[in-house]
Parts: sequence; structure tokens; C-alpha cells
Amino acid sequence: MPFDIPHTVSPSLWALAWKRLRADRVAMVSLAIVALFVVQMILSGAGLIAKDWAKEAGVNYAPPTLQGPDAESTGPAAAAGGATTAQAAAEEPTELPVQDPLADALAAIRGETKKPGGTEAAAAEGQSVDPLADVMADIRAKGTKADVAEARAATLPLGGDKWGRDVLKKTIKGSETSIFVGLAAAVVATFLGTVFGAAAGYYGRWLDDFFNWFYSVFTAIPYLLLILAVAAVLQQKGIMTIVLILGLTGWTGVFRLIRGEYLKHKGREYVQAADAIGASNARRMFVHILPNVSHVVLVQLSILTVGFIKAEVILSFLGFGVPVDVVSWGSMLNEAQNELILGKWWQLAAAGTAMAVLVTAFSLFTDALRDALDPKLK
Amino acid sequence: MTAYIVRRIWQMIPTMLGVIVLVFLLFNWVGGDPAYVLAGKISSAEQIANIRRQLGVDQPYYVQLWIFIKQVLTGNFGASWSTNEPVSHILATRLGPSLTLLIPWLILSTLISIGLALAVAYVRASLTDRMVMITCTIGLSISILVYIIVFQYVFAYKLGWFPVQGWGDSFWQNLIVYASLPIIILLVVSIAPDLRLFRTFVLDEINQDYVRTGRAKGLSENRIMWVHVLRNASIPIITHVMATLPGLLIGAFLIERFFSIPGIGREVILAVERSDFPVIKAITVYVAAATMIFNLLADLMYKAVDPRVQLK
Repeated sequence: MPFDIPHTVSPSLWALAWKRLRADRVAMVSLAIVALFVVQMILSGAGLIAKDWAKEAGVNYAPPTLQGPDAESTGPAAAAGGATTAQAAAEEPTELPVQDPLADALAAIRGETKKPGGTEAAAAEGQSVDPLADVMADIRAKGTKADVAEARAATLPLGGDKWGRDVLKKTIKGSETSIFVGLAAAVVATFLGTVFGAAAGYYGRWLDDFFNWFYSVFTAIPYLLLILAVAAVLQQKGIMTIVLILGLTGWTGVFRLIRGEYLKHKGREYVQAADAIGASNARRMFVHILPNVSHVVLVQLSILTVGFIKAEVILSFLGFGVPVDVVSWGSMLNEAQNELILGKWWQLAAAGTAMAVLVTAFSLFTDALRDALDPKLK
Repeated sequence: MTAYIVRRIWQMIPTMLGVIVLVFLLFNWVGGDPAYVLAGKISSAEQIANIRRQLGVDQPYYVQLWIFIKQVLTGNFGASWSTNEPVSHILATRLGPSLTLLIPWLILSTLISIGLALAVAYVRASLTDRMVMITCTIGLSISILVYIIVFQYVFAYKLGWFPVQGWGDSFWQNLIVYASLPIIILLVVSIAPDLRLFRTFVLDEINQDYVRTGRAKGLSENRIMWVHVLRNASIPIITHVMATLPGLLIGAFLIERFFSIPGIGREVILAVERSDFPVIKAITVYVAAATMIFNLLADLMYKAVDPRVQLK
């Protein structure tokens, strides 16, 4: 008859850490904010929200609803050029904002060939001989029709951009890109750093020398310069490209910490015990030691995500990041830079605030996570 | 001491070789045939063959690598692909504006951060301390892009206190007129993280026995903080400042771009935009070399600050 020995299960590291984290009010609030952003990323990735972000839902530079419709909204729109021509023409048919600079010259030439002498009058009248007059009239007609058909809103919740796209939807879509890139790149970098660090720390000797050399090579080049150099070489743009750029260059910090942890752990009794029962090297490295250093990995993952979100924004701002048909906070800030001169501040405010809120919450959560997982540090 | 310096320089050689091989692989192998990049879209097979011969990429890889090593050693990277300006001339002329911006910034930023860190750590856990730390955390989370865009718009464009952008020929005009707003923005961006970091360094020292001894023998609080604590906290501070120094050359690239300052950082961006490989290669290799030298200088400076440090 087996004895029923009373015993209490001591809580695991993770249960203890979670308990400490639960007690930290700042950590829980920031975790909730981060979770909200991640849920929003998943929803928009699945196409459930902000699917039609590219639709021109409002008038050009539609102001935020709180500010009310803009009285002279067509002025800056006309100056914005190219893509807005049709709409601007529809609204100010008497005063064409985009004149063909060659129209006069062309008219003059044409007049000269037709009836030599007395061409100045014809050229001055311009429009009648303008070779683009037909096209412009066509565009004007189309513009009016399109306007009637779609009835664009005068204001949007968070305002509209140059083409009248909803800034709120763009911000949501931009968060999806930025958070996805940050998380995915952090996973790549943490994976590389962990594998390299485990191999170097566990096997030591020439492998350690090799990886240390590799580490010193990568850290000798300032991080941003390395990223820009890789971006210069990789010509095709895409979300996966930027994930790879950030991931392949950002593993060094994780490597250093994980290598140190493996050096510390490989001589411990439990690893010797695993050796005694015949566990292979790979099993000892990844089944026995890894769970004991996983808190370091998790904190690094969190730190890297914040860093990569910031890096992605800068890369996309410069045009080395996501392709033009993908919206990111960086590309929004790039547009906002020119809009601000025209007094259209809302896209800057939306992208800037969204990023600041996420990064603040993520950083505070990372600090709390580190304190919770490694209370010795305090 | 001399033996130590010689050994450290000797140890730099494999790392430097690694950097050279990495840059070489990146630009000659990962990026595909550089001849196609240089030739651009409109090119015939004959043109490409010509360019390949000029660049030396029709040679075997080890010959190409040797050409590159010779370029690094002689500093002769040939001419820029887009402007035909010699790369060495580009580097020499762009360094001045970068340093005009970076040296005043670095001095001001370090002094202000140290001063604030000592003050905040002295009143640690008080309301002031917590408010300053919260401000720092939030300030850190706002993208540097937002700071630049808003400051440039408000202080230069709207209020007209500073020129919106530009750069002149006279050093003093550059420093006082053109560099002041960029330096202010860089200060706003850099003080928040530095203050947080330096505060932890000071906190590590402030509870040490020697502080209590100092108080016990009647030293003034000012002397304790500014002489005793600061000297001990300065070791990690020096490490941090020296380690970030070469990166700053590149780190100010956004500022240089926004304010049209013809410095190294802006040159890197332009080179990446134009696929101007010789310029990027040269800057990468030399900045890496500078990083290693500054790391050595940092180690030598510990010895000066803290005689207990044993250089091994």
C-alpha cells in the first residue's frame, strides 16, 4: 500500500514572475496597452478592420471632425500637384491649377505653322489652341462625376491625408506593419543570438573563438551604418526584406548575454546529471539549459522589439523600408513632414502619438518584466 | 603600458580583416554584380563588360578581395559612382561639418546629463525624481523624427528664430547660426536616455561606504557628490560615452539630412539612395576602425580615472 506523502508543489519561476507582475500596476496597464495594439494588429492583418485604408474617403486634407470642415480646403490641395489634379480641377473649373508649362510655346509654334504672322493673339488666348484642352475637359468631367458618385466626407475622425484617405485607418494599418516588423525581426535576431550564444558558451574552444570574432566584427560597425549598408545592397523592397535586415544585424546583444549564461550553466550539477543519464549535447543545450536561461531570452526579445519598431520607422521614413504600397508609421511621418508646412498637423500627430504610446507601454512593460523575472537585479 | 597598447592594436587586425571581408561579401556577392548596379537600367552587354573590367569584378574573388584590401590600406577608393568626386575627398570635406555639430553636442549633452543625474540621484525616490524619470521615459518613446519635424517647423519656420536649413563656409557662422537648432534637438533627444543611464551609475555609488565616511568626517554635500561620487561614477560614464562616439557620426544623419548639413551622415543616406557603393564601403570600414580605436582609448582612460584598474 503506497503511502500518501503530503507535499506541496513549489510555484515555478514563471508562476512567481507572473505573481510579481500582477502586483505591479504600471506593468499591468502597459501590458493591456501592448495587448490592445497586438489585437489590433491581428485584426487588421486578417482584414477585419481598416481594410479599405487606401480608399479616398474624404476631401483632400479633410480636417479632423473636432476641428470642423475646412473653409478653403482646395487651396493646399491644388498645390499638392499630380494625383489631386482631377479633383482640384473639379472644384475650381475656372482657374486651372496645373497649367501645362509648354502650352504657350506649343500654341505659338502651332499658330506659326498654320498662319505665319499675327500669332501673338492666338497664343495669348491660349486655351483654345492648348493641345491639352480636350484632355483637361475630359478630366474635369470625370472629376465632377466621381465627386457626385462618391460624395466625399468634409471631415474624418482623425482627418485625411493628401488624397483624402482616412488617417485613423492609415494609423491602424501602419501599426500593423510597424508592430509586425518589430516582432518578427526581434524573433529572428533573438533566435540567431540564442543559437550562436548557446553554441559558443556550451562548446567553448575554437567555436567560442570563432563566434567572439564574429561578434567583434559585427559590433565594430555602428548598428545604423550596418543597417543602411545592408539596405543599400538589397535592392528589392518588402516587409520580409526589412525583417531580415533588422534581424540579421541585431543579434549581437542577445549573443553576449546568452553566451555568458551558458558558460555559467554548463558546469552546474544538473547538466552533469543530464550527461550521466546519457543526454546528447543538443539535448543538454536546448532541453536542459535553455529553460533555465529563457527569462534572459524573453527580456531581450522585448527590448529588441521596441528597438526594431523605432528602427523600422526611421528606415521607412527614409524610403529604405517598406514598399510604397504599404503604409507604416515611418512613411506616414514622411508625408506629414510636408503637410505640416501647409498647416495639416493631424497625420503627424496620429502617427507620432500612436508610436509614442506603444513604445512607452512596451518599454515600461519590459522594465517590469525584467524586474519580475530577475528580482536579484534590483 | 606600451606592451598593452601594442597587444591591443595587434588584436584589432583579425577584427578589421573580418569587417573588410564582411563589407566585401555584402557589396560584391550578396548585392549581385556591382557592374549592373553601376551601369543602371540602360546598358548594353558591351558596356557592362567594360565596367566589369574597370571595377575589377571580372577577376576571381580573391583578387577582388586583395584589390579592396589595398584600397582600404591606401585610402584610395576611387571616385564616387554618382558624382565622380574622389571618395577620399568626400570623406575629408564631410568630416568638418559633422564634427562642428557633434563636438559641441557631445560636450553639452554629457555635462548636462551628468549634472542632472547627480541632482536627481541625490533626491532619489522623491516626487521630483519620479517626475523626471517619467518625463524621460515618455520623451524617449517619441520618435526622433517627430522632434525634428516639430522643432524645425515651430522654431525655424513659424517663429523664425533659426534658419530653416543651410550651411555656410565660415566656421563661426556655421556653429552659431546653422548648428544651434540641430544641436538643441540632438540635446533634447539624447539627454533623456543618458540621464536615465547615468542616474543608475550614480545610484550604484551613492550608497557606498566611502560616502558615509565622507559625511562622517564633515565633508560638504557638494564635495561628496561632485568630487567623490562623480569620480567613481565616471568610469561607466566614460565607457558609455566613448563607446557611442563613433556611432554618433552616423547617428546624426537624420539631423544632417533635415537641415541640409553636408556631413558624413547625410553622405551615407545619399550614397544609399544612389547605390553609391564606394562611398558606403569606405565610410563603413573607416568608422569600424575608429570604433575599435575609441574602445582602446576608453580602456586607457579608465586607467587615468581609476588607478586601481589593471590593464591586462
